[in-house]
Amino acid sequence: MTMINDQSYVRTEMLGEKSPPVSNVGIIGWMKNNLFSSPLNIVLSLLSIFAIYSVLAALLPWVFGGVWYASSLTECRAILFEIHGEATKRACWGVIRERFWQLMYGFYPSDLYWRPNLALVWLFAAIAPVLFNGLPKKMLLVSVAFPFVAPWLIWGGSFWVPVMAFMGFVVGFLVHRITSKTISSLVGIILGVLAALLWWLLLSGPIAEMMESIVPLEITKVGSRQIGGFMLAILLGITGITLSFPIGIVLALGRLSNLVIVKALCVGFIEFIRGVPLITLLFVASVLLNYFLPKGTQFDIILRVMIMITFFAAAYMAEVIRGGLAALPKGQYEAADALGLDYWQAQRLIILPQALKISIPGIVSNFIGLFKDTTLVSIIALSDPLGWVKLIQGNAEWNGVIWELYGFVAFVFFLFCFGMSRYSMYLERKLQTGH
Amino acid sequence: MTTLTDPPKATFRLSMLLYDTRYRSTTIQIIVLIAFMLGAAWLLNNVRVNLALAGKDFNFGFLQQVSNFDIGQRLIEYSSTSTYGRATIIGLLNTLLIAVMGCFAATVVGVAVGILRLSPNWVISRLMAVYVEMFRNVPILLWILLIMGVLSESLPQPKDFRGENPTASMSMFDSVAVTNRGIYIPEPLFSKGLGDIPVFWNSFEISLDLMAILAVLFAGLLIGKLIKTRAMQIQAATGVLPKTGLIRLALVVIPVLLVLWILGFHLGYPALKGFNFQGGTRLGNPLLALWIALSLYTAAFIAEIVRAGIMAISKGQSEAASALGLRPNKIMNLVILPQAMRVIIPPLISQYLNLTKNSSLAVAVGYADITSTLGNTTLNQTGRELEAILLLMGCYLAISLIVSTVMNAYNERTKLRER
Amino acid sequence: MKKSVFIGALTVASLTAGIAAAGTLDDVKARGKLNCGVSTGLVGFASPDANGKWEGYDVAICRAVAAAVLGDNTAVEFVPLSSKTRFTALASGEVDVLARNTTWTLSRDVDLKFDFVGVNYYDGQGFLIPKSMGVTSAKELDGATVCIQSGTTTELNLADYFRVNGISYEPVPVEGNSEAQKLYLAGACDTLTTDGSALAATRAAFEKPDDHIVLPEIISKEPLGPLVRHGDNEWGDIVRWTLNALISAEEYDITSANIEELSKGTNNPEINRILGTEGNMGEMLGLDADWAKRAIMSGGNFGEIFEANIGEKTPIGLSRGLNALWTEGGLIYSPPFR
Repeated sequence: MTMINDQSYVRTEMLGEKSPPVSNVGIIGWMKNNLFSSPLNIVLSLLSIFAIYSVLAALLPWVFGGVWYASSLTECRAILFEIHGEATKRACWGVIRERFWQLMYGFYPSDLYWRPNLALVWLFAAIAPVLFNGLPKKMLLVSVAFPFVAPWLIWGGSFWVPVMAFMGFVVGFLVHRITSKTISSLVGIILGVLAALLWWLLLSGPIAEMMESIVPLEITKVGSRQIGGFMLAILLGITGITLSFPIGIVLALGRLSNLVIVKALCVGFIEFIRGVPLITLLFVASVLLNYFLPKGTQFDIILRVMIMITFFAAAYMAEVIRGGLAALPKGQYEAADALGLDYWQAQRLIILPQALKISIPGIVSNFIGLFKDTTLVSIIALSDPLGWVKLIQGNAEWNGVIWELYGFVAFVFFLFCFGMSRYSMYLERKLQTGH
Repeated sequence: MTTLTDPPKATFRLSMLLYDTRYRSTTIQIIVLIAFMLGAAWLLNNVRVNLALAGKDFNFGFLQQVSNFDIGQRLIEYSSTSTYGRATIIGLLNTLLIAVMGCFAATVVGVAVGILRLSPNWVISRLMAVYVEMFRNVPILLWILLIMGVLSESLPQPKDFRGENPTASMSMFDSVAVTNRGIYIPEPLFSKGLGDIPVFWNSFEISLDLMAILAVLFAGLLIGKLIKTRAMQIQAATGVLPKTGLIRLALVVIPVLLVLWILGFHLGYPALKGFNFQGGTRLGNPLLALWIALSLYTAAFIAEIVRAGIMAISKGQSEAASALGLRPNKIMNLVILPQAMRVIIPPLISQYLNLTKNSSLAVAVGYADITSTLGNTTLNQTGRELEAILLLMGCYLAISLIVSTVMNAYNERTKLRER
Repeated sequence: MKKSVFIGALTVASLTAGIAAAGTLDDVKARGKLNCGVSTGLVGFASPDANGKWEGYDVAICRAVAAAVLGDNTAVEFVPLSSKTRFTALASGEVDVLARNTTWTLSRDVDLKFDFVGVNYYDGQGFLIPKSMGVTSAKELDGATVCIQSGTTTELNLADYFRVNGISYEPVPVEGNSEAQKLYLAGACDTLTTDGSALAATRAAFEKPDDHIVLPEIISKEPLGPLVRHGDNEWGDIVRWTLNALISAEEYDITSANIEELSKGTNNPEINRILGTEGNMGEMLGLDADWAKRAIMSGGNFGEIFEANIGEKTPIGLSRGLNALWTEGGLIYSPPFR
């Protein structure tokens, strides 16, 4: 009955692709899929949008309607009263404009700002070889010079002092080289360290003075107390991380070693430091350290705080590096043994380069944490950004300014830390050599 | 490694201490130990000399002296005639209080935010990301100060509750007062209470009422558990699970209610008298600010940990679970979270420890934790720096070690057994 | 004495440098700078201005001492100290003088081993309260919430006062003055208590100072003054007599305006002895003859310092009261220069 011809409704060619319904594409579709896909989602979305709106509605006029040109709180209030009348809250950013450089550099002489800036740029150059491959080997010289040049740039004084400090390492290395060839590597290490210590304690000072009198190369000295604001926070953070790096490696290796006493000492140190809050360590720096040193020994509070922060950072650094060491496959250790390398050779050539590379993201997040923790030094009356907030509030012109200062400090901290954490994520992806 | 010939039975020579790997590790250790002991002796001797020069001695006798200062937030009795020792204990209890409250809130918020960050809802996941980044990248000390400021500026003052047309009113049927000095909630009172018994040479009082309630509660729970075990046995034997839920609930609830009725339980409501609300339990503003700041700060870190933990579970797991016909919430509860917990718990422990240590910043908002009572006021008034700070560090160290021991034991139990 | 130098990131040499010599005076001279402990920002007493220059009432004392000893009133390293760190900093030699509104008490003098060299401000603890509260006496403060700076004598005075009067209160201890001020203005505490001078300074910074009053009760004696380490009496003498020189200068009308003229010699032997044209006071102290002249020129005499920093013409607007000269009914009195 049916004939093939009658099936006229069978299409012989494909239909062109139709665009999806309006409700599934474009902004509407996106909103449907991402915001209003279920009743719960609708409620949550609306609530969040309301929350965002109310926060921004309160915050934005305050921030952007603020007064930038006023030299005291009273003046600022008068200006605001003239424009907005009673009961309108707007920020007095004049305090930030006037005190910006103090919040950034503390009492550091303004004509010498280039020195810490240069030190910071140098730092980036110094860590570049770690972060980028394919840089010329000579760049490593910049890295090696950094720990000696940066303190000289910041504190000033004779150029011969960092040179002599560096010479200490050279002397130690030479002694180590000679003695380990002739006697034994263990004796070599001990003698090398002793020689370096002797050099620093007894010889470096007089020689530096002598060289200074022959070839004077001195730049203006700046006292530790002059350093403040964000410069202090960055300085404490960077010295903490840099100095804690070698200590952390030693502690991590000690913790994993099979020498019972060494292991016990390292574990004890790490757990003690990690078990107490940083603020108690800072109390030790400000109040107790003098008890533990010979009578009359005295060095300034910033140096004391640096020592305690370094101890603190070292304990955490040790744990990060231990994580890196633990992440290495056992085969690497066995391969090193099979090659007949001794412990230090294996560590130096095979284990540590890989373990440290794995640890870099952890080290960066440690650094972010430490940088944030430097705000605690304001509790022991150092002039970090929060310390400066107190100092500025103590001035008759700006007594009573609160939110502008805290807000600014929080904003700058956010910029620094957020930038670094993003960068560390990028690094993590880049350094990923696995699959 | 095997050797073909026996090693030469060499007689011991002094140089073997250096060259022979069998002895060298001992040599190194002895050198290290000697160096360490010399260093420690040097430090201790310095302390001795310095103390002598300053005309001070090392003793904790000051803990027995009358403190002469008052503490607002306290869990046990204290007045300005109490001793510094008692002030220290108040501080320690306050530290523990904020640590427990903070860990609890941080976990709840952190897990919620961690899951919400993975939500398909764009606004929610973005909002959570903004929250996490904001809290992770600004120092905790600033957060504490900012939140304290927000609380004291935005909440109503007690005087706003006063007068004919108050601008603020109490919430929850006039039982809770939210002010910028703290939150006042109703307190449990017993009109026919059993009284308190002093323990530890009258230094603490334990409420007998509380003891009685706890005892009845535990007894109820215990019997309930026995019934449950019995029910399981019946199910194993017959395949039918008897319904015991209601009985077990009744066993817990009814005796407790009975005890409460016998003791004459009622609530004491806060009321505005004079300058402040009186009656009720007060959660002071410093406590609240510290609690909120610590919880939100730590929650931001916990959220990241939870997110990483969930994302560490391979997609195959959830696909396999849906293939088995499990619903999305069951997949989360039965498949994903139990596995994610193994990844989550170790970093979670260190977050708890961090929170406890960060609670030492209480000193910035005037919450009387141990850093504030012992490390600040007591230290200032007595001038006993060495003793006070050592005691302070000892307390924190003890807390940290206890927490990490307990949590590590738990971690050990839930750890994946590797083959 | 070799100055402590920060040699390099990994250098230990600095640990051994800087052994304190016998006398603070020699140390200060060798260093060329006076280390002076001040407050971490207290309006009118110590704070850095927009150019980073320290100013204030306590600061002026430090500058006067530096001028007397070193001949340069800018040769001062100001060390901001909190109420916790101040005593340690002085005891350890980190600062030579502590001029940080510190109350002279027996235990600080005897037990903590310091020497208070005099009093530059007679203060007393008071209460600041909003007028709208309708409170006229501190005895009406039963049940009030009180903001207080922790770790100071005010905390103890407060406890004593309320205990003696048998009334209760709720303490809110805060770190510093600016925090206390913030809480008070937000109404998180009913009243703010601290030294009267600080209360006045705080009130002056309010948007509407007239809405707040200081209660009439002064519940404690707070003699504030500079202090030095116990045991170095030569140094203590210098600081003490610098302060006395400022006070005597006011008494004998030696001002920064007329000092040049007076130092040419007058017929008042006391003035001549102060300014070094007669006698050898400076030599006795181990300084030169012009020491007091330089101290007075640094910021003016006691009265001028008071008026410039916290006096009635400044925003803080403190009247002299107890801090007027003894000749004008106050307590400020200097022993004779003889």
